This record gives sequence, C-alpha cells and structure tokens, in this order.
Amino acid sequence: MQAGVSAPGRATIAERTLRTDRWWQAPLLTSVLLSIWVLYALVRTVSQRAYFAAPEHYLSPFTSPCVTASCPPAARDFGTWFGHFPPFIPLALITLPFLLGFRLTCYYYRRAYYRAFWQSPPACGVAEPHSKYTGETRFPLILQNLHRYFFLAAGVISLVNTWDVVQAFRPEGHTFGFGLGTLIMLVNVVLLWMYTVSCHSCRHIVGGRLRNFSRHPLRYKAWTVVSKLNAKHMQLAWVTLLTLMLTDAYIALVSSGAISDPRFYN
Amino acid sequence: MSYDAQFRVWRGDDEGGDLVDYTVEVNEGEVVLDIIHRLQATQAGDLAVRWNCKAGKCGSCSAEINGRPRLMCMTRMSTFAENETITVTPLRAFPVMKDLVTDVSFNYKKAQQVPAFAPPPGLEPGEYRLAQIDVERPQEFRKCIECFLCQDVCHVVRDHEENKESFSGPRFLMRIAELDMHPLDALDRQHTAQEEHGLGMCNITKCCTEVCPEHIKITDNALIPLKERVVDRKYDPVVWLGNKIRRRPS
Repeated sequence: MQAGVSAPGRATIAERTLRTDRWWQAPLLTSVLLSIWVLYALVRTVSQRAYFAAPEHYLSPFTSPCVTASCPPAARDFGTWFGHFPPFIPLALITLPFLLGFRLTCYYYRRAYYRAFWQSPPACGVAEPHSKYTGETRFPLILQNLHRYFFLAAGVISLVNTWDVVQAFRPEGHTFGFGLGTLIMLVNVVLLWMYTVSCHSCRHIVGGRLRNFSRHPLRYKAWTVVSKLNAKHMQLAWVTLLTLMLTDAYIALVSSGAISDPRFYN
Repeated sequence: MSYDAQFRVWRGDDEGGDLVDYTVEVNEGEVVLDIIHRLQATQAGDLAVRWNCKAGKCGSCSAEINGRPRLMCMTRMSTFAENETITVTPLRAFPVMKDLVTDVSFNYKKAQQVPAFAPPPGLEPGEYRLAQIDVERPQEFRKCIECFLCQDVCHVVRDHEENKESFSGPRFLMRIAELDMHPLDALDRQHTAQEEHGLGMCNITKCCTEVCPEHIKITDNALIPLKERVVDRKYDPVVWLGNKIRRRPS
C-alpha cells in the first residue's frame, strides 16, 4: 500500500506539504538549541574541571551531589560514597542518568525531539519521511511510560540542588553571606522546582487520576495549582536548560578565577 | 475595498485531479468560504464544497488552506496578503469524493466503536448527581464540533494509511478520556484506549491541539492524562499494588 498523503483514494497532490510559512524553522531551531545544550553539558560533565568555588561554596548543578573522593572535601556535603573517579567520568554519575531520563521522557521534550530529530512529523501538515510508524507501543519507546519514576527521582535531586543553594548562603569562614552567584543558584533552583512540579506526571499524581474532585478538595486544589504551572511546562523546560547552563558557566568562571564573585553580604 | 485574489483550488475526484488557478474578487470582511462560494457562483458551477453554518459551529467546511487544516468559514481573507496565492485543497487524510469534499466515514466508524456513557448498575436516569467541579474537566471536551481537523492533521493516520485500522485518532481518544473522567461512568475505558483504540501510537506532537478551532487542549488535557491513566493500569506496579490493597474508588 502506498503510504500517507499519497494513499489511494486521497486527493492526488504530489507535494509533501502545501504550507507556505517557514514551518521548518521551529524544528531546526529546536534541534540546534538542544544539540548545543547537550554538547555543553557533555563537555562540562566529562571535563571534571572548575565545578566548585570553595570560598563561596558554589557547586555546579552538573556535579551535584559530589560524593566521590575526586571532589574537594568541602564540596562533599553528603559524604564520600565512592573512591576516585577516573578521568572523563561525570562526578555526579549517580544523578545524571535520572535527570537525563526525566528530560528524555518529559511529555514536552518528547514532542520537541520527535519533531526536530525524528521528524515524526517535522511540523503539522508536513508529511514525515518514515514509511512505518508504531508510536510508543514498542521497545524502546514504550519506556516513555516510566516518566513518573523519573519525576520522583528529579524531585529528590531538586532537594539536593536546594541544599546546594543553602550551602551557598554559608560561604567559607562565615555563618551567612551571599553574592551574585548565590542569587543565580537560587533563581536556577526555583525554576528547576517549577519545571519539576509542572510535569504532566506530577499533575496526574496530585489529582489528575481522580474521578471525583469533590471528594478530595485538597488534592483538587493542588491539581488546580499544578495545572496552572503545567500550562507553562514548555517555557519552563527551555528556561531551565538556560539557567542550568548559565549557573554552571558562572560557577566555572568564578572557580577558575576568570572573574571574582560580587558579594552583597559578608 | 475589493481586490482580485489568486486562488489555487484542487479539482477532481477519486480517479485523480489537480490544482486549478482562479482569479476571484475579494471584499472587505470576507472569509475563505465566501470566496469559494463566489467561485462556485461565477466561474465553477460544479465545484463541490461541504458547508453549513458559516459560523464555526457545524464543522462542515473543513479543508486545507495553504497546507494547514482549517475551517474555511473561520479563515479571514484579511490574514493573507493581497498578492498571495491561496491554495485550497480537501482534507488530505481522507478519501476524496469530489473537489473539496472528502469521505469522512472513517470517523463515524471509530465513533461507533466507543461505547456510550454507562451509569453504574441500579442508577436510573434522573438519579445522576454530579458536583460542578467534577464535570468541569470533561466539559471542555464537549466543545468539540467534530470538524475532524485533528483527525486530518494527526500524522499517525495522515502519513500511514495502514494505521487507520488500529488507531482511532485524537477526537475519539478525547471522547474516551471524557468518559473515563466522568464520575459516574462504569465502563473500563483505560484498557480499551490502549488495546483497541491505539493510544500508544500517539506521540503527543500536539498537532491536534494546534488545529482545533474550539481551542480544546486535546493533548495536555485529554491525551496525556489518558496516557497517565493507562500507565496506572498497565505499567506502574506501585499503583497496581496500592489499588489491590486499598480497593478504594478514586
């Protein structure tokens, strides 16, 4: 059988699409931005360099929690669980797979990369190039159904990130103090929480799975709040990629001595 | 202000056809359907077009305008430049009958496969009692005018004719979600959504939401919640265990 819009019986139109707008812009931009981010994260996590600024107690979110003997002792807020890591192994090896899993199975990112990389479809009303399609019914895409477990793991990791911010308010030699880096980390962690809580699985868990909201008023209220955040899930997905990158880059600059952190208190 | 617009309209039937060029007068405030009617009245008397309410409520005049699934009666001519050529074709996911009219019976067959609302045993019509907050969520889906633009744009069937057998499309998965969220519906919708209506085929790329003339958040409010409900049933051992232990209705 001839596939898709050329199937027998349908209007005979040779073009893949008759759209006249720049439909290719969005998938192109998505693929470029996601590729840049992945490349940056890869370089930063495998380099094992400039991820901790000891005097200010700034720990990069890409390296948190730092629980190996390769980390400076001051960065090991949660203890030393492993020995020295060989080069090129990310120091946050225990959390990165979960964070990656959370973003990979996220309902928004799925839409983004199915369109941008797999072109299934590249844009609405534009024929995809594949002759066969089974969606998320088979391995490995059936694993997208594990999203809720990655969400729970991401919640725990957000707690770790929050603790990192608390520590950034307690710089070396002071009980309290903060600088520009502390505020950047704070904004980053607030947005990370918003992204995590706005997740579709979270929306389902807090109340979406109910049939009778009237019997569960507190869960209904929670569902209403999460639903409002959920409407901004796409924006939060992009903004948190940016803030993660900026936070890490800022800490790298401070840690390497390229810039000094402006201090507002202490 | 009037001007002459360049139109390309698909003319033909299930044996074949082509895009035909026309120059048609356009007046201020008109929509694409007005122009198609003028074309029919002045130059192409045998042009087939399905329409009814001209108010975006009957869902009859669905077509593809410059490659995008739209209602012709809700597409204002003022959104196009005067020198722009406007292409109008029938829906490309369904068999064509003549010119802009397609055979949408695929949708009626799928509709028949979704069992109607079924109250619990012992509850008679007139005895249903529902709280407003319980019906607000499924009520959003009742705005659907069955224009089938979402069915047309969904790449699962648009680009893969062979999937029509196993995939019901966003409109009917939304109908299943609506019934599954209904506090009094007694049928098992989650199992059939996945096994019989092909929910797993949906990869949530949101084209159905993009084209919906009623602005129903089909993906976020119907398809993804339904997917999560199916995960509860099929892929989440913790929920399964919890339901076994508590046996409490949600």
